[in-house]
Amino acid sequence: MANRLKVEDVNIYYGAFKAVEGVTLTFEPRSVTAFIGPSGCGKSTVLRTLNRMHEVIPGGRVEGSITLAGQNLYAAEVDPVAVRRTVGMVFQRPNPFPTMTIFDNVVAGLRLNGLRNKSELADAAERSLRGANLWNEVKDRLNKPGAGLSGGQQQRLCIARAIAVEPHVLLMDEPCSALDPISTQAIEDLIEELKTDYMIVIVTHNLQQAARVSDQTAFFNLAATGQPGKLVEVGPTPRIFEHPVHESTEAYVSGRFG
Amino acid sequence: MSATSAAETAEARGTPLSRLVAARRAAYRADVVTDDPPQLTRGSASRRLTDQVARVVMWASFGLAMVPLVWILGTVVARGYELLLASSWWTLSQRNINAADVGGGAVHAIQGTLIQAAVTAAISVPLGIFTAIYLVEYGRGRLARAVSFMVDILSGVPSIVAALFVYAVWVTTFGFQRIGFAVCLSLVLLMIPVVVRSTEEMLKLVPNGLREGSYALGVPKWITITRIVLPTAFSGIVTGVMLGLARVMGETAPLLILGPYTKSIATNLFDGYMPTLPTMINQDRTEIGLDSAMERMWAAALTLILIVLALNLVGRWAARRSSVRR
Repeated sequence: MANRLKVEDVNIYYGAFKAVEGVTLTFEPRSVTAFIGPSGCGKSTVLRTLNRMHEVIPGGRVEGSITLAGQNLYAAEVDPVAVRRTVGMVFQRPNPFPTMTIFDNVVAGLRLNGLRNKSELADAAERSLRGANLWNEVKDRLNKPGAGLSGGQQQRLCIARAIAVEPHVLLMDEPCSALDPISTQAIEDLIEELKTDYMIVIVTHNLQQAARVSDQTAFFNLAATGQPGKLVEVGPTPRIFEHPVHESTEAYVSGRFG
Repeated sequence: MSATSAAETAEARGTPLSRLVAARRAAYRADVVTDDPPQLTRGSASRRLTDQVARVVMWASFGLAMVPLVWILGTVVARGYELLLASSWWTLSQRNINAADVGGGAVHAIQGTLIQAAVTAAISVPLGIFTAIYLVEYGRGRLARAVSFMVDILSGVPSIVAALFVYAVWVTTFGFQRIGFAVCLSLVLLMIPVVVRSTEEMLKLVPNGLREGSYALGVPKWITITRIVLPTAFSGIVTGVMLGLARVMGETAPLLILGPYTKSIATNLFDGYMPTLPTMINQDRTEIGLDSAMERMWAAALTLILIVLALNLVGRWAARRSSVRR
């Protein structure tokens, strides 16, 4: 497929500190990739380089190449704002905009990028909320504040907001870690559906979740505190869980450490 | 984490290390875990005494802090309210009224105060908010530190120094007249640091997750600031502006130096003297022994307090109308 996302020999820094070293992997369209590994190994850091969110942090810097459909996301002429329009992101903690209603939240990305047409906005809001399995729960209270929803609903609102701008890729940074099992189930079902349209990369601490939702799994680890994190191995999810090549992967997926 | 897992592995193997760890754990448990029932009754007598003393001290401090506030308000209201009840107070000036006479009103001073406050706010609010945005959202390194330091210094400048500075520039250096606009300039110097500092604090309170959430939608930084960050911090910013405004409306030193009092209505910022409530208070204060002047002084003071109060209420209402929805 042409619209692959390829990461090659990427090193990531926070100021002088090298946080992640030598990551190379490929993401296929219409597939789910899970990042697993112990805390502090750089999963989220790698994820945030995929839409140039890493550089928002002062001192954040990336070496190596990340290409989407053959274009280097870090080329000089590339606009990080345009990258983020193409590669959307959902965060660990639901972050609906507190000054906005549910409707305004969903269409925020479109409206803040200049779309004014009311019927287009309404269509996009309904489509995205349906896409995020939230439409039936909120259709009667679109003008209520987004912050009034439950945690799981807020997270689906954030997913709706992310898919409203029709990105090619959706990054999810531990999207269920603040949610109860039922909301988690709802999000996982949603990932299953979204996968038919989007490339999804998800960071998770929940191994069962990785096993359930992903097609490809990447295991990250770090040698010791203060050392850079590394990609230990990546492969089809069943293989990583059943026949890992590396001993540390085996130890991690079987629950012996981490 | 690795230390624990190493110890656990060792324990499983039954090495000397494992025995040591087991012994340590047993000792630790013996120290901490007892079979005594938990104590659920009230604390000891000394602890209750401490609680009582702290409670009394706290309430006494609060009461003490309230004394001057209630006293001042009580005095001002008791001595000044009568003149405010007359409609002439709100419609007439003091033109052709001698200090010893009664009658007339304060509309000239009210207008002057409001005009100067409005112009001061119109200059310092944008400057202050933009400076705060720079410091929180953009400022890095030496320039930001310098700006922040300057704001700190500016907020420590006494009002008379600000007034004399403007006098030195406006009158001494450029040779201009003492006019209302010069007063505004010195008030701007006093108001900017208040606006910068309070806005800065409010912007810092906006969670970073909101900024990142907006960036992740492909929204440019400046739109993120204007449409997400500023609205989220709006009510706090308004409160800060109101505090700044309240401060400059009560300032007297710049008015005495740059904006002399006149008894007639004078609304031109760029020509001639300009009456304000603080200078009116000061004018009548000098007429010691004249009941009419004293009464006017208290009434003007009460008017000033009411105006500041009204502005604060308007600010709160505006802040509530457009801010974080619950």
